[in-house]
Amino acid sequence: MSGVFHGWSWELDGWIVVVGVLCAMACALPGNFLVLRKMSMMGDAISHAVLPGLAAAFFLSDSRASFPMFAGAVIAGVLTALFTEWIRGHGKVDEGASMGVVFTTLFAIGLVMIVQAADHVDLDPGCVLYGAIELTPLDTVRVGAWEIPRVAVTLFCVLAVNAAFVIAFYKELEVSSFDSALATSMGINATAMHYALMTLVAVTAVAAFEAVGNILVVAVMIVPAAAASMLTDRLPIMIVWSLAIAVLGAVAGHLGAVGVPAAFGCGSVSTAGSIAVALGVLFGLAVLFGPRHGLLSRATHQLRLSWRIASEDVLAMLYRIEERTVDSDMLAEAMRLPRLRGWLLLRGLVHSGLVTRKGADVELTEKGRMMGRDLVRSHRLWETYLSRYAALREDHLHLSAERLEHATGRNIQAGLVERTDSPEVDPQGKRIPPPTD
Amino acid sequence: MLRRSLLAGVGLLAICAGAASGADSLAGRSVAWPSTDEIVRVATLRDHNTRVVLLGATLLGMAAGLVGSFTLLRKRALMGDALSHATFPGIVLAFLLGNAMGLGEKSLPLLLAGATLSGVLGVLTILLLGRFTRIKEDTALGVVLGVFFGLGVALFRVVQNLGSGSATGLQSFIYGKAASMVPQDVEWIAAACLLAIVVCAVFFKEFRLLCFDSGYAAGQGWPVLALDTVMMALVVTVTVVGLQAVGLILVIALLIIPAAAARFWTERMVSMVWIAAVLGGLSAMLGAAVSALFPKLPSGAMIVIVAASVFGFSMLLGSARGVLPRTVRQRALRKKVGRQNLLRAIYEINELSGDDASVVGFDTLQTRRSWSAAELRRQVERAKASGDLVTTAGGVRLTQTGREEAARIVRNHRLWEMYLITHADVAPSHVDRDADMIEHVLGTAMIEKLEALVEEERLRRNVPSSPHPLQP
Repeated sequence: MSGVFHGWSWELDGWIVVVGVLCAMACALPGNFLVLRKMSMMGDAISHAVLPGLAAAFFLSDSRASFPMFAGAVIAGVLTALFTEWIRGHGKVDEGASMGVVFTTLFAIGLVMIVQAADHVDLDPGCVLYGAIELTPLDTVRVGAWEIPRVAVTLFCVLAVNAAFVIAFYKELEVSSFDSALATSMGINATAMHYALMTLVAVTAVAAFEAVGNILVVAVMIVPAAAASMLTDRLPIMIVWSLAIAVLGAVAGHLGAVGVPAAFGCGSVSTAGSIAVALGVLFGLAVLFGPRHGLLSRATHQLRLSWRIASEDVLAMLYRIEERTVDSDMLAEAMRLPRLRGWLLLRGLVHSGLVTRKGADVELTEKGRMMGRDLVRSHRLWETYLSRYAALREDHLHLSAERLEHATGRNIQAGLVERTDSPEVDPQGKRIPPPTD
Repeated sequence: MLRRSLLAGVGLLAICAGAASGADSLAGRSVAWPSTDEIVRVATLRDHNTRVVLLGATLLGMAAGLVGSFTLLRKRALMGDALSHATFPGIVLAFLLGNAMGLGEKSLPLLLAGATLSGVLGVLTILLLGRFTRIKEDTALGVVLGVFFGLGVALFRVVQNLGSGSATGLQSFIYGKAASMVPQDVEWIAAACLLAIVVCAVFFKEFRLLCFDSGYAAGQGWPVLALDTVMMALVVTVTVVGLQAVGLILVIALLIIPAAAARFWTERMVSMVWIAAVLGGLSAMLGAAVSALFPKLPSGAMIVIVAASVFGFSMLLGSARGVLPRTVRQRALRKKVGRQNLLRAIYEINELSGDDASVVGFDTLQTRRSWSAAELRRQVERAKASGDLVTTAGGVRLTQTGREEAARIVRNHRLWEMYLITHADVAPSHVDRDADMIEHVLGTAMIEKLEALVEEERLRRNVPSSPHPLQP
């Protein structure tokens, strides 16, 4: 751990972390709505396309003053949204492609202008693209009694503006993101919300570019929100999560940038890049371990369901064997279980006291017999019901009933009995076992 | 409508012009204008180096236009964007690896292998995220693009720290530096281009099916996933060989812009593919030439600006879907429909009064359709100019030619009404409006077919009577 903090200075690194956190939070906030509106790439497009706006501001003001930069970028950002809409609407070009046309063009123009401006304004084209968060503590302004990095002040203002916008227009944003037609019918101007959001994205992209650069903006904008969307189904909670992930990613990013390469014995890597990577790792964790939609939780859920169904099938089969109503088809189906899975299933059933084993013989316990009987009862009731009401052919009955029996509780059984006039036997003439109590 | 579409076109042109004039006004600052001699040298391909660079760029543009046509129609245009950004960490890692193994400053095959590997990894991540999680495709694109590029940026610092100008070697992969191409690079590009052409030719039918109806393709038993993979492999190939000339941020433009521009010129896929290849080749060649004249301007940006100008031109004037030709066609159609509506209205009023040549008053006409007085005036003036009718005090009267034309129009209308009543089970009270929509575009062949279908012998001789009561 001492390696991480070797050469750590609160003067410098502390401010870098603060700038990173502010930047990530300011970006993540509008990012939520981009993700919800399926407009993530619009964020990317706008963050590329503010470049000519920035460059024009450099030219006109001959400096890196904030105001012209913001004005230029907002104009460029809104133009991107407008042009994309025009090309899509009037040229009938697919939205992705029209976005691609607009932002690459604007970016190319911006790149040419920036290369020119570099001779003139104190500006490194590389910084525009990758950001120079490490240098931000050197450029300070005096606020009250403190020397605060200029970028931190800008980012704080943008974060405040974004937060104010989201809080003030929360309902409008929410409704128009989920259902713009509904929003319109509720009297919300969905188009105005769209362009307002695009303006915010452009402003945020400008504020963030000095910290993380022009291209990585999309990472800090989209990734926290995307990760948050894996964790919850509710928008307010998603926003809170995305902010938390943004903070975590920014802190971990700078620690990683200083610490990880030091552990390998080479110099530090870029903090901006490593914030993006840290966010990526957090996103990966969310995708894997998200509580309901995560891969792991979905896989275990599916595994448990298939396990339960297979166990129930075994019980029903054993009951039929005791009843001697197993025909060759069913046996064949039963035999298709892979050996290991069959062995595991039996062990599980023995463990939960549903089956006993004597040598190679398998026998149902009383509890298991009840469950098997219940399942077979459901199965045959379904067959009766389906043959009467769904007019299924006889050879289709078994498969459908086989699926339904696992999801049939007492109430449904009672309903089936009622609808089929309490039958004694199923369509194949097999006895329907009496209900278990 | 027209004004707005014009605005769109002008806006685009303004951007392009802005770019050009931007470069102009900057000339005083840092870009030195080339001398006439230099321009002639580049234009006549006198230098071996220029020839190599232009050849490479042209081939690249063609291959990108070709492959881009398919991805555009498959609505995967932005996939290439994420892909090209995702190549960055691969390039940097390959560079570091090459450096560690002492392969020298810039071993191209190694760098391209690294780019391919991490690009493919990026695309796979996008596809898997879309397939197995609730993440939507656009978000997956953004995540992969940002995170992969971030990894590249982080590692790039290590290269910069190595010093000895090694970073500038990689710089050309980011911004594009066509001038740094050597004959060996052009061989790579040519090989990739050839591969793209062959694969596209072999799989043309399958790709076309995939682009227009992937569900149907799957239903027909085509291996959609495998074909998509082949298509993405082509995109990867073009992207990777294009990195040097155009740079990884802008190589996507070559895949999108020429194909999107070609779409304005044709409705046929074969022609679109060819046009895209030509436009792509042209843009890349011109862009590279300009960048050869102004060494300070990154060639990627110049190529994109040229391609964008071509796009703006195509969007405005493209013969099949361009904004201007489409507006002209729509106007012509509106004019035709307006004239036919007017003639039919007069004819039917005449028919009701039983007098073929009587004067029809403006206020009677006004009630026939929901047209404003001004609109009716305009239509009447137009019809008068083309000799369909003459105006008299307070009304209009059909001329001989006008009456013949009106009879033809009414006949089409009623044929169509009878067809709808007999074969489409449309109620007679509704049929007027339905027929109104279609009658104007009936061709001769269609009319003959309708006549045969309706099987009314007397229809062949004159105008059938209306199948529903005419409103006075």
